[in-house]
Amino acid sequence: MKTNSSEHRGQCNLSFTVNGRTVEVRVFPMERLLDVLRHTLGLTGTKEGCGEGECGSCAILMNGELVNSCLIPALQAADANLTTIEGLAVGPQLSALQQAFLECGGAQCGICTPGMILASQQLLSKHSSPGMEDIREALAGNLCRCTGYIQIFEAVAQAARVKADV
Amino acid sequence: MIEENVIGKSVPRKEGRDKVTGAARYIDDMTLPGMLYGATVRSQVPRGAIKKISFDSTIDWSEFAIVSARDIPGKNCIALIGDDQPCLADGRVNHPEEAILLLAHANPHLLRKAIAAISIEYETLPAIFTIEESEQQSQIIWGTDNIFKTFLIAKGDVDSVWAEADYIVEGEYSTGAQEQLYIENNGMIAVFDGETGITVWGSLQCPYYIHKALMALFSLPEDKVRIVQMETGGAFGGKEDYPSMIAAHAALLAMKSLRPVKIIYDRTEDMTATTKRHPSRTRHRTAVSKDGKILGGEIEFTIDGGAYATLSSVVLSRGTIHAGGPYNWPNIRIRSKAVATNAPPHGAFRGFGAPQSLFAMERHMDRIAQVVGLSPVEIRRRNFLKTGQTTTTEQMVQENIDLEKLLDRALKLSDYANKKAHFDRENEESQIKRGVGIAAFLHGAGFTGSGERYLASVVGIEGCTDGTVRLLVSSTEFGQGTNTVLCQIAAEVLDLPYGNVEIAQPDTSQVPNSGPTVASRTAMVVGNLVQSAALGIKQTLIAGGDLRTPYSAEEFRAACRNYIAKHGDLRSFARYDPPPGVFWDDENYRGAAYAAYAWAIYVAEVAVDSLTYSVTVEDFVALQEVGRVLHPLLAKGQIAGGVAQGIGFALYEKVVWQNGRMENGQMTNYIMPTSADIPPIRVYFEEMGNVHGAYGAKGIGELPMDGPAPAIVNAVVDATGTNFDFVPLMPENIFAEVSKTLSPDGER
Amino acid sequence: MRSNPTDYDLVAPGNLQTVISLLAEQPGKWLPVAGGTDVMVQYAAGKLTKRNLVSIWNLPELRNIEMLPDEIRIGAGCTYTHLREHEIVSREFPLLAQAARWTGGIANQNRGTLGGNIVNASPAADSLPAMLAYEAELILVSVRGQRRVPYVGFHTGYKTMDLATDELIQAVCLPRGFADYFHYTRKVGARNAQAISKICMAAVGRLRVSMNTVIGEVRIALGSVAPVPLRLTKLEQTVQGKAIDADLLQLAKRQTMAAIQPIDDIRSTAKYRSVVAGNLVAEFLEQLGGGGSRHG
Repeated sequence: MKTNSSEHRGQCNLSFTVNGRTVEVRVFPMERLLDVLRHTLGLTGTKEGCGEGECGSCAILMNGELVNSCLIPALQAADANLTTIEGLAVGPQLSALQQAFLECGGAQCGICTPGMILASQQLLSKHSSPGMEDIREALAGNLCRCTGYIQIFEAVAQAARVKADV
Repeated sequence: MIEENVIGKSVPRKEGRDKVTGAARYIDDMTLPGMLYGATVRSQVPRGAIKKISFDSTIDWSEFAIVSARDIPGKNCIALIGDDQPCLADGRVNHPEEAILLLAHANPHLLRKAIAAISIEYETLPAIFTIEESEQQSQIIWGTDNIFKTFLIAKGDVDSVWAEADYIVEGEYSTGAQEQLYIENNGMIAVFDGETGITVWGSLQCPYYIHKALMALFSLPEDKVRIVQMETGGAFGGKEDYPSMIAAHAALLAMKSLRPVKIIYDRTEDMTATTKRHPSRTRHRTAVSKDGKILGGEIEFTIDGGAYATLSSVVLSRGTIHAGGPYNWPNIRIRSKAVATNAPPHGAFRGFGAPQSLFAMERHMDRIAQVVGLSPVEIRRRNFLKTGQTTTTEQMVQENIDLEKLLDRALKLSDYANKKAHFDRENEESQIKRGVGIAAFLHGAGFTGSGERYLASVVGIEGCTDGTVRLLVSSTEFGQGTNTVLCQIAAEVLDLPYGNVEIAQPDTSQVPNSGPTVASRTAMVVGNLVQSAALGIKQTLIAGGDLRTPYSAEEFRAACRNYIAKHGDLRSFARYDPPPGVFWDDENYRGAAYAAYAWAIYVAEVAVDSLTYSVTVEDFVALQEVGRVLHPLLAKGQIAGGVAQGIGFALYEKVVWQNGRMENGQMTNYIMPTSADIPPIRVYFEEMGNVHGAYGAKGIGELPMDGPAPAIVNAVVDATGTNFDFVPLMPENIFAEVSKTLSPDGER
Repeated sequence: MRSNPTDYDLVAPGNLQTVISLLAEQPGKWLPVAGGTDVMVQYAAGKLTKRNLVSIWNLPELRNIEMLPDEIRIGAGCTYTHLREHEIVSREFPLLAQAARWTGGIANQNRGTLGGNIVNASPAADSLPAMLAYEAELILVSVRGQRRVPYVGFHTGYKTMDLATDELIQAVCLPRGFADYFHYTRKVGARNAQAISKICMAAVGRLRVSMNTVIGEVRIALGSVAPVPLRLTKLEQTVQGKAIDADLLQLAKRQTMAAIQPIDDIRSTAKYRSVVAGNLVAEFLEQLGGGGSRHG
């Protein structure tokens, strides 16, 4: 990780990968990674629901691990490998989770959906056939006010089945 | 029976793909060149006069656009029903967080510092915070008596029933405030142009409410105000009226600065400053015969409206009409009122008064059962409304609803009898006490009484040269499926593939006023109009000789092209026509309150931990008769989501008040259920049809909010043997009740 | 977001030596931040008064879990995810692994660290009672070298601790040897996940079987019932050697309630906390004795 050179104020140059693409930004080290994604990089798919790491709508994958980007200072993302919701589909081809969320009603208003899908993605990368308790626990940091979670559970279970069949 | 193509099928959500790819654009995803950010300076006291406003010299105020009440061109109010709510406080404040000044700057990070650099001196006045304090009238904070509105429903001869009653059962029930907690905070962007007027984009439910409010605030004609809805991340009623306030604020700053202005609330501001569900208190006094039949009763229903009238009269109306539940009341008197307190005004939240009064009714039924010595099941059986009987407003139940049969089915689905017997046996020895509880209820869809007539909604459809049709409605999507269901209906009428029907973004310069997206009216009432308008398109093409039935999508396309070539455009409009035979007497508050009711029985199973007094809902059955299920996946999703909010209302969501201000305005401290807290929610439907709704549909959006709280509390009462008559019911409350029988060291 | 990023500075030297030198050069100026799950919440609320931060996230020296014959040493920079996924921690120190599972959601577990939990010193912190029950010791490090202190007594008062301005927690040492003990932990929160605890408890115990069965030894720790996490040493001494019967359980409840100082706050009440703490202690003892109905 680079230091912020010798000055201890002002912006710094950061480099990291987002959705497979290397980017370089010049930002203040304490800017929130959420704001760097949304404002500096124009990736508005990651949302802000609470600003305090409680709702999970800002969740992204950092080096494969789910994190709340509203709680990460930009400097700590230096050289990291980030995945946001925009990175899941391959052209017109939706990921298994995205497709399952559509088919099972996992997205209603959609604001929790990007974080919810990424949280589900992390779960499936660790458990290829999660049971209901695994799904509940994996998603407990992502609040959804619309669905009551039921159809989200079904979407995750369906995506797991689809991926297992591949 | 015609085979339907699209209705009754779970077609893909119209905007679903955008939502799962992050492409959907919410208001905070939008920026405009030269845009400033706006923020609000708010009252720190609940009531008082503003004596002095000082701007600290550490800030260069010339960089900021500053707006006060003086800058308002038209009337300083947020026009809604009454006009008592100021857009900006002018010399007086009546609740904490009331908006006083607005600031705008290009750098959003400077706004917090600027707000902190403004000090306001108040001459405080005594403030009131509860229904009881308001009723005392020792402080008059609104009108002459603190009362926004009253209603009286009187049926039969209540005064005569007490003498012949074998039992007189009394009870008092209360519900607390509840925060809608949509995951997307409120936000708006406004631009102001001296020539063309105001345009506002935002997160909102009712573009035409905002349109009306801004016309009055700015003294502008209707073609100089334009409101556009962006993708909206949840609403539940919380974005019904408050967006008019934020839109007004953004527009004022845009006018002052001549730059686009974005106002986005953070979570704490959204929770503390905007509307919540009205707290309520209901008192029941019921005359009951020895075989458990309700002879008559009195209900007193009171809601706390906060500092200004806003929507309280309408919330009161719905709550009042639903107060008697799905039961036969030969005699009843319901007196209701909405009172003022020095809290931010309360507003719409899914259910809109009905969850409050139905909570009381369903708790009271269980109390009646206790007194009379019947089971909760039996007491309901003996009192359910039947076809041919009348509601409390003397509306005849005309459809063939059989609530006993519905109850039987719910009991079977939930295995109620076995579970009850099992728990009754086990609870003696078990540390975990389990119980089951029932709620039976109804929910009227559409605006109350003559409301739909006054709305006079209009829907448009236009045909395009590529053979697609576009719906023109002001009805908004915020997760519940407006886009999908309305397109389904049009596709079915026009016999086109669902993919050939689109819906225009709600933009008041482009779409007619199909009414607000509230009151569970969209599928039923607006859907009906979509049906008519779609038929109009079909008939226009056929009458013009461009189309013959049956036709293919190709032929339809050719017909559209031909017609447009000849006439310039192809449009059909439908206006709301009050259904014949549905009469409401506004003056005497009597008659057909709603064109249709959905009916439901919910059963909750709970576990109460006798060590921690925590309650967990372990299973939930939601059975409802909804006319017609237009889209199975969406319908199930609505019920599950509503039940989850009801579980929150019952057990988790407590607003902690301190002098009229919400103290726990963070998601850390205002607790909504997570995925780890929700039981399996088993959803079942029955379909009896509805002559007044599109394809027989009744509204279902709010229905699921009415049942969970009473079903759950009834279950807790069953589990613990102790009566609880309020929500939210927290472990601390259960402990406090149970600990009355404990010795100081915690022993029975 | 109620803070201005331009008012703050964050540096990331990338190695422990430079970090502690920085802390020593300008005492009190630099606030260490690891995963940020506490610091960044204060920052977002506009309540972070320290303007200069030094990142200790991902420092290799703080991320090890070292297995020694008599103890394990958990680097203070280990996250809750590290703890829950570590085989030895899960097997030999299940109370700590369970506390890690209970802290926030997955996203916060991936970032929150054990050291951060200690230094943030919320009375409701989830992992602190477990460390008390396991009789942890802390290795503290500064330019002046390392020192090792018992964890009990580390917290001297609400948000005050035996940590010099230029010191960092380097590791948490847990003595191995609890394998044969009965382990008990419960967290009472406002909901099943993502909840700040109203009461949390971690306890280990062993019976002694001679003529009859009595309590051999217990270690009982509670959080959220005082300004600091508590070891109930007086109660532990009282019950040692006693048979577990109804009278003992009542005594334990009374002594628990006497030993703690819970408050009324935005989440709960003192009375509730008091009685429930007593109930949990009694449940622990009852289960230790082989009785009691499991909750479930």
